[in-house]
Amino acid sequence: MKIQEQFDQLKSKHEMALIVYHTAGFPTLDASMAHIQLFEQNGADFIEIGIPFSDPIADGPTIQHASHVALQNGVTLKKIITSVAQINIRVPLVMMSYLNPLLAYGSESLFRDMSRAGFSGIIVPDLPVEESEEWVALSKSYGIDLIFLVTPTTSDQRIRLITDRSEGFIYCVSLTGITGVRNGLPPGLFDFTRRVKKATDKPLAVGFGFSTPEQIRMLQYQADGVIVGSRIVDAIDKKEDVTGLIRRLKSATK
Amino acid sequence: MSIRMPDERGHWGQFGGRYVPETVMGALYELNEAYCAVRDDVGFHHELDFYLKEYAGRPTSLYLAGRLMEPFGGVKIYLKREDLAHTGAHKINNTIGQVLLASRMGKKRVIAETGAGQHGVATATACALMGIDCIVYMGSEDIKRQKMNVFRMELLGTQVIPVESGSRTLKDAINEAMRDWVTRIDNTYYCIGSAVGPHPYPMMVRDFQKVIGQEVREQILEKEGRLPDLLVACVGGGSNAIGIFYPFLDEDVQMVGVEAGGLGLHTKQHGASLSAGEVGSLHGAMSYLLQNQDGQVTETHSVSAGLDYPGVGPEHAYLKESGRVRYTTVTDQEALEAFDHLSKKEGIIPALESAHAVAYTMKTAVEMSGDQVIVVNLSGRGDKDLEIVEGLV
Repeated sequence: MKIQEQFDQLKSKHEMALIVYHTAGFPTLDASMAHIQLFEQNGADFIEIGIPFSDPIADGPTIQHASHVALQNGVTLKKIITSVAQINIRVPLVMMSYLNPLLAYGSESLFRDMSRAGFSGIIVPDLPVEESEEWVALSKSYGIDLIFLVTPTTSDQRIRLITDRSEGFIYCVSLTGITGVRNGLPPGLFDFTRRVKKATDKPLAVGFGFSTPEQIRMLQYQADGVIVGSRIVDAIDKKEDVTGLIRRLKSATK
Repeated sequence: MSIRMPDERGHWGQFGGRYVPETVMGALYELNEAYCAVRDDVGFHHELDFYLKEYAGRPTSLYLAGRLMEPFGGVKIYLKREDLAHTGAHKINNTIGQVLLASRMGKKRVIAETGAGQHGVATATACALMGIDCIVYMGSEDIKRQKMNVFRMELLGTQVIPVESGSRTLKDAINEAMRDWVTRIDNTYYCIGSAVGPHPYPMMVRDFQKVIGQEVREQILEKEGRLPDLLVACVGGGSNAIGIFYPFLDEDVQMVGVEAGGLGLHTKQHGASLSAGEVGSLHGAMSYLLQNQDGQVTETHSVSAGLDYPGVGPEHAYLKESGRVRYTTVTDQEALEAFDHLSKKEGIIPALESAHAVAYTMKTAVEMSGDQVIVVNLSGRGDKDLEIVEGLV
């Protein structure tokens, strides 16, 4: 399913998108595929599949740990794409990967294989617009949305540049920092989302620090989607009731 | 040739660039602007030169190593004595420059990463000198191996934060420093210790280190009336090497960069990213990288902590690809022998990093003809390595 299509449908229902992040291969690749299906069944509107990397500089301890475990288990990008191709998921799948594993895979084969496996988009946190020319061209020719990030430190001028180039949605990093669960909303968040909205009509998804239904409810009318990552990974790690968690998060988006 | 490089986006051909999270892009532009402003500022250079001369002890001498070169039938070997600079290594050239810049930018807090502790000590020193708060990230493995340097940093008023992630060494310390920077970008200056990282760091660190090569040029012209035939330097991230090479890139001078061969390239236990790595992106730049076939960065090994790093500066990647500089390796064992040899022959205990350059020089001098001149960058002194070497011999 196309990312734009999903946002359009949700908009007509006056719902925010719940984007659920999961580090593929944590705790095992099979468990990950089962979790992804569980996320969809319980209300996730998008699933973001994180590719483990040895040096995740934008991630906090939770996702660092998950990545480390996945790599210890011998999980690779190739295995992840192969596994994803074998499961049946209707909601859009978005890959999140640091650049180096993608380079090692090869950019052309990556987009070809992603497209065959049913991915709709890709986020590369260490690929700024300045370095993205080749990736933009390839993503377009394979119909995979290349999603860029904006942050509170991004100037208005850069926001225009980035939102112009980003396809699918704009990933708004809610705070200056790394991924991980936090309380409340970061100060100045709505000033930031307003700055982004002024620059674009594309959907905005807010991420970094979100873990509770209360936080999500506070985002109503401010964003088109919310990304929950570390909280989910933590719940899986601690063997919490993931089904209930996803349902609670989803109901807060309505 | 590469004198005018990198381009305005920090590229040397396919290498370099800015592969970082968006949060720090603004800060990189701000840094680039601030750096470009001071680069041509007479006042800044006046201040920098003052500290380099009166505080750090520059120029360092270019010493003709008479007993070391004895067996080589007239081949002359000069040592550029960076070991005599304050804090015992070339690292101080860069940290004085960067901390001066940080203070001009109004930053109240400086962070740095360190492996063996040399860059940490040099940053702590420059921060003490200029009255700026300093925090150094250091892998907990390295903290164990380098207790003395941790104590030095603490004496200098710096807070040393142990890093427990990954292999708990330099690479992970850089990751953690970058996470700190991403979080406290508004008031924090990140002082990178080698010619690595996103643009403008590789260019800026090179510029602060090129004083080594500039001095060599003047000194060798005075002593020999001509330029040297060969420059030799060790390469981890590559700051001392680019510092001595850069002013000679357009000249008819051969250059060799010596990487950590560790236990031998065939064992995978080494730090030779240029000799045995593949192109990839780590810590903000495209360069050569030790990685597995899936693009995961692999663990490295070297007896010398300063060369124990899976990446290398992008300008070296370019100089390798263009063929301008040749890169080779020296094993732990060869470096240890050179360490011992230089100590006994010249009364100079080199850093294990620099001992790699000395080891290669001894090997190549045998094959050179009598009237040739070699300059080796003796990038640091070996006091920090005594415990390690004591455990090995």
